[in-house]
Amino acid sequence: MATATLLEAIRDALHSELGADERVVLLGEDIGREGGVFRVTEGLQACYGRARVMDAPIAESGIIGMAVGMAIAGLRPVPEIQFMGFLYPAFDQLINHVGRMRNRSRGRFTCPLVVRVPYGGGIHPPEHHSESTEAMLVHTPGLQVVVPATPYDAKGLLISAIRSPDPVIFLEPKRIYRAVRQEIPEESYTVPIGEARLVREGTDVTVIAWGSMMHTVLQAAESLDADGISAEILDLRTLSPMDVPAIIASVEKTGRAVVVHEAARTAGLGAEIVAQINEKALLSLEAPVERVSGFDTVFPLPQLEKYYLPTPQIIEAAVHRALAF
Amino acid sequence: MFADRYDPLQNEMVSILTPDGCCDESLRPDLDDEQIRTMYRQMLTMRLYDRKAVSMQRQGRFGTYAQMEGQEACMVASTYPLEPRDWIVTSYRETGAMWMHGVPLKLLSLYWMGNEFGSRMPEGVNVLPVSIPVGSHPLHAVGLAYAGKYRQDGSVAVAYFGDGATSEGDVHEAMNMAGVYEAPCVFFCQNNQYAISVPVREQTASPTIAQKALAYGFPGVRVDGNDVMAVYAVMREAVERARRGGGPTLIEAYTYRLGAHTTADDPTKYRDDAEVERWRPRDPLLRVQKYLHGRGAWSEDWEHELLEACTGKVEQTMNDAEAVPQPPPQDMFRYMFAEPPAALREQEAGLLASLETQQKG
Repeated sequence: MATATLLEAIRDALHSELGADERVVLLGEDIGREGGVFRVTEGLQACYGRARVMDAPIAESGIIGMAVGMAIAGLRPVPEIQFMGFLYPAFDQLINHVGRMRNRSRGRFTCPLVVRVPYGGGIHPPEHHSESTEAMLVHTPGLQVVVPATPYDAKGLLISAIRSPDPVIFLEPKRIYRAVRQEIPEESYTVPIGEARLVREGTDVTVIAWGSMMHTVLQAAESLDADGISAEILDLRTLSPMDVPAIIASVEKTGRAVVVHEAARTAGLGAEIVAQINEKALLSLEAPVERVSGFDTVFPLPQLEKYYLPTPQIIEAAVHRALAF
Repeated sequence: MFADRYDPLQNEMVSILTPDGCCDESLRPDLDDEQIRTMYRQMLTMRLYDRKAVSMQRQGRFGTYAQMEGQEACMVASTYPLEPRDWIVTSYRETGAMWMHGVPLKLLSLYWMGNEFGSRMPEGVNVLPVSIPVGSHPLHAVGLAYAGKYRQDGSVAVAYFGDGATSEGDVHEAMNMAGVYEAPCVFFCQNNQYAISVPVREQTASPTIAQKALAYGFPGVRVDGNDVMAVYAVMREAVERARRGGGPTLIEAYTYRLGAHTTADDPTKYRDDAEVERWRPRDPLLRVQKYLHGRGAWSEDWEHELLEACTGKVEQTMNDAEAVPQPPPQDMFRYMFAEPPAALREQEAGLLASLETQQKG
């Protein structure tokens, strides 16, 4: 066991899979010599060569489209898109090909690839570097969407993703790339896709979140503890397929729920989670499910960022509203 | 080397077999009369298939279909130099090329009749399903080609697309990346003069499509797409170049779509009949017929025999495809993932329950 940041855990997973499986090939902008703009892939090209850790031209659709062909031919491509705000040129490939190839060919061709995408706000960057548009991906048939919140899950989920027979969008909470350290096994291990993690048990309210918002939620939970409110916290880890039974089990126990995401509110994943709770646990509810989210605005530049992203205080207020209903 | 001798910037085009059936002996590829007769049979099969498909669509027995009449030489000759290990990645107007590279005509018909099983290629047939979003699939060919290069298995990937697709950003990205990675890839562009209604002169300001290759750092060749010998010769050179590690080639096959864009299209809205008539004498089948006739390798009896045999084959194919039962509704869910997630199982059960209720009602 050694301690690792989330970023190091991702690199560790890539190292491990590159070493174990010759079919694994990385491609992306600046991932080779530079080691990626966040240094996630640092040292990998020197170790595995340019044919396996490929610096790509600035062509997001090209990177994903090429990965489609590589995956069909039996490789396990792991493309990196530098920031989520630059993923959109590849949406044609993701929606029209990546998510459909198995179905279109009735199982003859598959697209086992993992698109790594740093996402989310909180790092005070220029425009287009803070997006959190996971709902668009979750809405797309045929894609799995995974978001780790801890170093342990980052390594285990990424290894699972690379070994998955179907495509995975692996969203990396870049705000907490280096913010948390955790002991993780040095050897290879997997964390199953599709299973939420019960972060802590509680009795009064269920707080559901993922990615970097988990840490904001944990801060809120500490304050709530001080007020004598016991929050149960669920880290979804996989957004598609979503672990609905875990959500329902928790809500049935607590009777109240708050969903937290930094993405825009309207038609965000919070809406889907509320709908699932309504369909499956309506009679357990003591209060309407609260949503804490970003706004239906463009993600602001750094000076206004603090007003956009959910804070522990905003989450606490939502919990209080749910309890006071 | 055609790529060296024909300068796309000078609007030069490789032509071997002229519309009146004369062959430029200095360029003649190593195709004997029997091979040319086989190619003629294949082109004729495609033409009959195409016409049958249109007529069946009019009868409600076929879905919307993209016609290929006039482009048969491109389909046959471009696939001739390929080996089974090579990949082809096509758009919707390459039914003939898919057939040539090993996809049974029955499967192709099944696809056009609206059954996804038409895209379940037989094992060992390296043909991807039809890609409808224009220009999005050449990237897949680059990825397949890169995988072949990575594994050193000697395979080549061919991307088929039209003149209209060259305006798509993904085609630029595909050619750029193929150049950068020296992928064993051939870009086979059928310039059939129209992208639905828009003529090629309004699609690009480049005098030729072939010249675009020069900017990506690899050769581009314009070839008479209605000339089966020229397409074969140019394609063979490009495939050999790719296979020996020489990187990609762009081939612009200069041809003409004699039919409509699809069965849903009315070409009289955007082109004169007179223009179509000007192209008819350049028909790719006609010139092969003349050529073989000149060599004593064609007769009316043989043509008649051929017509009968090919018509029979097409009829049989269509009947076989129509005899395939419609798939069950479960198939919508079955192929989304290796293991269907709970939500899909739930939705499938919901659909089946509702169908059962409807049947009872």
